Amino acid sequence: MKQPCLTIAMAGALLVSGAATAERGRDGHLGVIYWQAPSILNPYLSGGTKDIEAASMVLEPLARFDEAGNLVPWLAASTPTVANGGVSADLKTVTWTLREGLLWSDGSPVTAADVVFTAEYCLDPAGGCSQLAKFDDVTAVEATDDLTVEVTFGIPKPYPYGPFVGATSPILQKAQFADCVGAKAPECTEANFKPVGTGPFRVTEFRPNDVISLEANPRYRDPAKPAFATVTFKGGGDAAAAARAVLETGEFDYAWNLQLAPDVLEDMQAAGKGAVVSSFGTLVERLVVNLTDPSPDLGDARSTRAHPHPFLSDPAVRKALSMAIDRNLLVEIGYGRAGRPTCNVVPAPAIYASDANEDCLARDIDGAKRLLDEAGWRPGPDGIRQKDGIRLSILYQTSANAVRQDFQALVKQWWSEIGVETELRNIDASVFFGGDPGSPDTYQKFFADIQMYANNFEGADPEPYLGGWRCGNEPRPASQWQGENVPRYCDEDYDRLLGRMAKTGDLGERAALARAMNDMLVRDHALIPLVHRGRVSAHARSLGGVLLNTWDSEIWNIADWRRIR
Amino acid sequence: MPVYTVRRILVAVPTLLLISLILFLLLDLAPGDPTAQLPLTIPPDVKERIRQSLGLGEPIHVRYLLWLQQFFVNEPLHLLSGLTGLDLAGDRARVISWQTRSPVVDIVVERLPQTLWVVGLSYVIGILIAVPVGIVSACRQYSWFDQLGTFASMVGFSVPTFFSGVLLIVVFSVELGWFPSIYDTTHKVTDWNGFLVQVRQMAMPVTVLALYNAAQISRFMRASMLDNLKLDYVRTAWAKGLPERTVVLAHVLRNSAGPAVTVIALGVPGVFAGAIITEQVFKVNGLGQLLIVSIQASDIPTVQTLTFIFAVLIVLFNLIADLLYGVLDPRIRYD
Repeated sequence: MKQPCLTIAMAGALLVSGAATAERGRDGHLGVIYWQAPSILNPYLSGGTKDIEAASMVLEPLARFDEAGNLVPWLAASTPTVANGGVSADLKTVTWTLREGLLWSDGSPVTAADVVFTAEYCLDPAGGCSQLAKFDDVTAVEATDDLTVEVTFGIPKPYPYGPFVGATSPILQKAQFADCVGAKAPECTEANFKPVGTGPFRVTEFRPNDVISLEANPRYRDPAKPAFATVTFKGGGDAAAAARAVLETGEFDYAWNLQLAPDVLEDMQAAGKGAVVSSFGTLVERLVVNLTDPSPDLGDARSTRAHPHPFLSDPAVRKALSMAIDRNLLVEIGYGRAGRPTCNVVPAPAIYASDANEDCLARDIDGAKRLLDEAGWRPGPDGIRQKDGIRLSILYQTSANAVRQDFQALVKQWWSEIGVETELRNIDASVFFGGDPGSPDTYQKFFADIQMYANNFEGADPEPYLGGWRCGNEPRPASQWQGENVPRYCDEDYDRLLGRMAKTGDLGERAALARAMNDMLVRDHALIPLVHRGRVSAHARSLGGVLLNTWDSEIWNIADWRRIR
Repeated sequence: MPVYTVRRILVAVPTLLLISLILFLLLDLAPGDPTAQLPLTIPPDVKERIRQSLGLGEPIHVRYLLWLQQFFVNEPLHLLSGLTGLDLAGDRARVISWQTRSPVVDIVVERLPQTLWVVGLSYVIGILIAVPVGIVSACRQYSWFDQLGTFASMVGFSVPTFFSGVLLIVVFSVELGWFPSIYDTTHKVTDWNGFLVQVRQMAMPVTVLALYNAAQISRFMRASMLDNLKLDYVRTAWAKGLPERTVVLAHVLRNSAGPAVTVIALGVPGVFAGAIITEQVFKVNGLGQLLIVSIQASDIPTVQTLTFIFAVLIVLFNLIADLLYGVLDPRIRYD
């Protein structure tokens, strides 16, 4: 898989640069700007995208996802599957074999002991490991020889690619982190700032929340890579400034995650110095419907399944709310080429994306009104529909963010057209997404009727994500308001499909089950998907080899980047 | 004066302790969560474990006392160890940032140079512009120079730095390409060319801040000079036939310096606090940027330590301003 790519890249480099040989560091300096500055280079101590992606230049996993979402072996010689014997028939054991001859940047060999140690490091209960969920159900990680690691799960894992897969779960060097396990993890500043890795670059200077200086790793496994001798990874500022530095002034070669108004980016690109690239992963901006009653009068039973919602428990109301929304306009105003309208909560990868819900793409105000009429919701004297003394008056909350407030205003307008009153509320993101059980304003407590945010799943397997909406996983006082089932959805049929998926190894069948569950969620309108959001970045015209990847670290193939002359 | 100074310093100790307590309570009571910035793909129970590992499970008074011990005992010991080479601190816990998991004081020390260079230099340049402008404006009240100075300081005062900064970037970086729009904090001046690079990257942020500072200080200087110019002793000086130079610089300036020096001294802590907006606009990444990033990430140890250091500086420079007042004006006696 890697060899042909390498040959093509080398041939390309030879053609472009004429007689020059493809030697490491031939293209000089690379400037990368992330407007959120990395704080630490240990992905296990930080879940932040900026930190994980910065670390991906240095630390590498056994396998990762390519730009199309396919699993490719990285430090492993091959991806273990049931077919090649790497995954046991009972789906409980996975055997990874490392490539031969791998060296850490300090010259010592990479062994199975490093992989085993990485698992111990993350699984230590006192460490506060951010990637603990990657190791769910792992009961043992053992080295059978110098290059072979066996991961054992407590239950059958039809999709066993959690541990050591993707940028969030790279291999740490045992020698460097041996004294940093558990409560000592934060004390190892030197190791956390300058991890020894196997990646194409190694850190020469790390200034937290500011800048990272790197140089080509002299022991990288491919002698012709990386093409760049040094990298400056600058952080800070804002998305507009980062875009300007690449597209207008040309000071940097690559800028990450440019969530800017579509016309602003177009104008900057017109300067001719760089190109804007976009790619779509699984991120979906959605409305979450509260199926339980958030009334403050209920005390401890507020927003719990003890009391169904007075009107959102009526499927007709939920459907009408969805029908009134013009998703195309939302995309145009909020995201431009970084978004597309969607009716699914699982919009990708292609095999998991359902095509059965496309009817939501066309706005249908009249249909929505008819639906409400038929369900007995009649306009009252103030134009707001009501039934049995219950008015369709919605509290609609989201995090403070310019695009989200635009969306709120538009949706409020559309809902008023079908006779639904909306009160808007926005909450600071650090509170809304914060897990403080004492705060009434978290998205998990959901003390509102409807709320809006974006969510996605990691990697390319939606099972854990879909599993979030099972009965009993809703945030409630007994669970300290934790749990992913934010709409408080509960359907036995859905849970049955989940149970089947957990036992199914065949990819085609898994995809069919995932699509069926997606369809249940969106047709029931427990979730109202709005926009499938992409990632937008920019690179200088002179930078070649960029393959924007939303399934893994965005700069996953930085070893292949090169200067185009 | 020494007795007064010692008394003031003694009073400052409980003041600062009280400030640290208030800061701690404010930060603790304010909503926010250090794991809020993490992606939603990290499950809530993992986030809860992260919070526990940060020490958030402890009751508030334990956390406060722990911070006091770390900041007032452990950090100075580590500093002493670093200076003397002796191992005085052992493995005493330092104040650790939640974002970077590294000692906050180290980050502050790392960031001081760029903040002092950019913000400090702009303050010095601001003063150098403001004092002469203020003096001339007062002596030639309502002249074209005074009108121009008034206009310039109104503009400098009222145009926010996030506007003037971006304007400069668009003109001088994007259109003309003279200066970089992004400050390189790793740049080291080793030769003449390196110095020129440093001057070029400092030019725009220093200009923006210097204008802003000059606008403020020149107004104080002018007002203070005008107050004195009307007084009897100045008329006497003119009547004696003293040259203008002597009247203005020897008599009026000396007597007007008090208020201006106070304003300048009280502004110095602001230099250390950095310039949050300007640093952000030009990516200088000094102390101001550190503060704002830490606030956004709910990194309480960093915010607490930084704001407390600012509080110490403010108390300190208040004292310095008072003492300077006594030096400049012999009529003021503290003992």
